[in-house]
Amino acid sequence: MRMSKIVRFGADVLFGAIVIFGLYVIMHGHLTPGGGFQGGAVVATGAALVIVAYSYEEVIGMIRKTVLMAQESAGLVMFAGVALIAIGLGTTFFFNFLANSGSLFGMTVPFGPNPGELNTGGVLPLMNIAVGIEVWGGLAIVILYMLSGIGKTKEA
Amino acid sequence: MIETIIHILVIAGLIVSAVLVYHFKDLLAAALASGLFSFLISLEFYILQAPDVAISQAAIGAGLTTAIFIIAIRSTKRYEEDAP
Repeated sequence: MRMSKIVRFGADVLFGAIVIFGLYVIMHGHLTPGGGFQGGAVVATGAALVIVAYSYEEVIGMIRKTVLMAQESAGLVMFAGVALIAIGLGTTFFFNFLANSGSLFGMTVPFGPNPGELNTGGVLPLMNIAVGIEVWGGLAIVILYMLSGIGKTKEA
Repeated sequence: MIETIIHILVIAGLIVSAVLVYHFKDLLAAALASGLFSFLISLEFYILQAPDVAISQAAIGAGLTTAIFIIAIRSTKRYEEDAP
């Protein structure tokens, strides 16, 4: 069963805005409230909106389980990998080796009151991106399995 | 003063939406009232200066939980029966 055309059109319009806002929360995790988990949950809400609005056959054509499982695994591997690179450089686990280095996310934080510089934080934005990808895949696959459990039976 | 008024309005809305969840026989409307409860409690978290918790509550409470309820209602009956 699919929802009415009004619900489907509303889901199509809102999906882009929700995903953009979630990616914004993930990327600004080290500057503003929120972070990887909150942003990933917001993006997964967009996926849940599409899953609720369309029927089972249409949803499995749009969203694939293997992609979501790969996202979950890739997020965990990226999180642990960034933490292990620090051991490879001769420092401790989770050492922030990118901060103040001048390379990726390595700008020195300006002194005094400032609106916040995105290119700071060292490995913290990378960790936020990893957690965001993982939570996105994990929460979306929970909803997708809930739908596929009832997909075989005849919907009332 | 204005903060107190907003507080009272939000808490009154929480009580009203919680009563509506109990009152509705249409389960889809009850699920949406539960989502309204989660939205209002995330607004309350924001007023109490915890924007981090507010984002989590809005995404998980008002979004994902309501989606799971709606999927469950789609595969079962929509209207609650009278008690025997």
